[in-house]
Amino acid sequence: MTSRIGVVTFPGTLDDQDALRAVRVAGAEPVSLWHRDKDLHQVDAVVLAGGFSYGDYLRAGAISRFSPVMETVIEQARAGMPVLGICNGFQILTEAHLLPGAMLRNNHLHFICRDQKLRVENAETAWTSDYTQGQEISVPLKNMDGRYTADERTLDELEAEGRVAFRYADANPNGSLRDIAGITNAAGNVVGLMPHPEHAVEPLVGTGRTDGLGFFTSIIKKLVNA
Amino acid sequence: MARVVVDVMLKPEILDPQGQAVQRALPRLGFDGIADVRQGKRFELEVEGPVDDAALARINEMAETFLANTVIEDFTVRIETAEGSK
Repeated sequence: MTSRIGVVTFPGTLDDQDALRAVRVAGAEPVSLWHRDKDLHQVDAVVLAGGFSYGDYLRAGAISRFSPVMETVIEQARAGMPVLGICNGFQILTEAHLLPGAMLRNNHLHFICRDQKLRVENAETAWTSDYTQGQEISVPLKNMDGRYTADERTLDELEAEGRVAFRYADANPNGSLRDIAGITNAAGNVVGLMPHPEHAVEPLVGTGRTDGLGFFTSIIKKLVNA
Repeated sequence: MARVVVDVMLKPEILDPQGQAVQRALPRLGFDGIADVRQGKRFELEVEGPVDDAALARINEMAETFLANTVIEDFTVRIETAEGSK
């Protein structure tokens, strides 16, 4: 049976169509989810896509975190459902406390848009098993609030438990502590990262590479083998 | 109606590049002697009904769960105008 992967649209989400397309290119059935609908429509996994939900007012992701769909996503994520948060989605996951820490304005105060090299530090999460540990991939990065921050104790804990899933492999683009680009929860089902794998799944667009496809093929294998 | 003010500031140990950008512009504008600037947010809440302990407790809860992200920010809550006074 084909895996059903949902992508949530909040007011201000921009990358939902690319995420839905990435799901389809990888071979799963994409399902559009609406922020006011608590029902997840029998999806097997959820992607929180990038953009500027609620205009990033208050803080990036802070208002979306309290939307009806997130009540179910939070409950299901705690029960083990795979959730991937990309960029604004990552910000929403930290605001929802599904992932530790917080995202702050880039240290240089500029919006960045470029190809970004990442090192895969944890290839054992639900969303990264098609990569190998230490592998370097290149995917687009575009954000204003991408500076990952947490207190020293949390950072040490993340490192010790192998929960830093991705690190910036060349220059740190935004002042993220310890070059962190993405993290996972302890169970490995919830992953958040700032760069955009959904923009690098077809050779014709983005980086010209398909380095981002692994996220979506990883989760499909995980769901099929579950 | 009483006004309750919630001030939200980044915790002292968190880098505030916005405050730094403001601080760096000051000497250029002829304002000397400012060693540091940090930028925060101020929320003014017009509260219906009396601002009693119960109302303040709710506002504290609101600030803690929503207005501030306590991972990176501190907040204070104070009543700016007592009910009925001008």
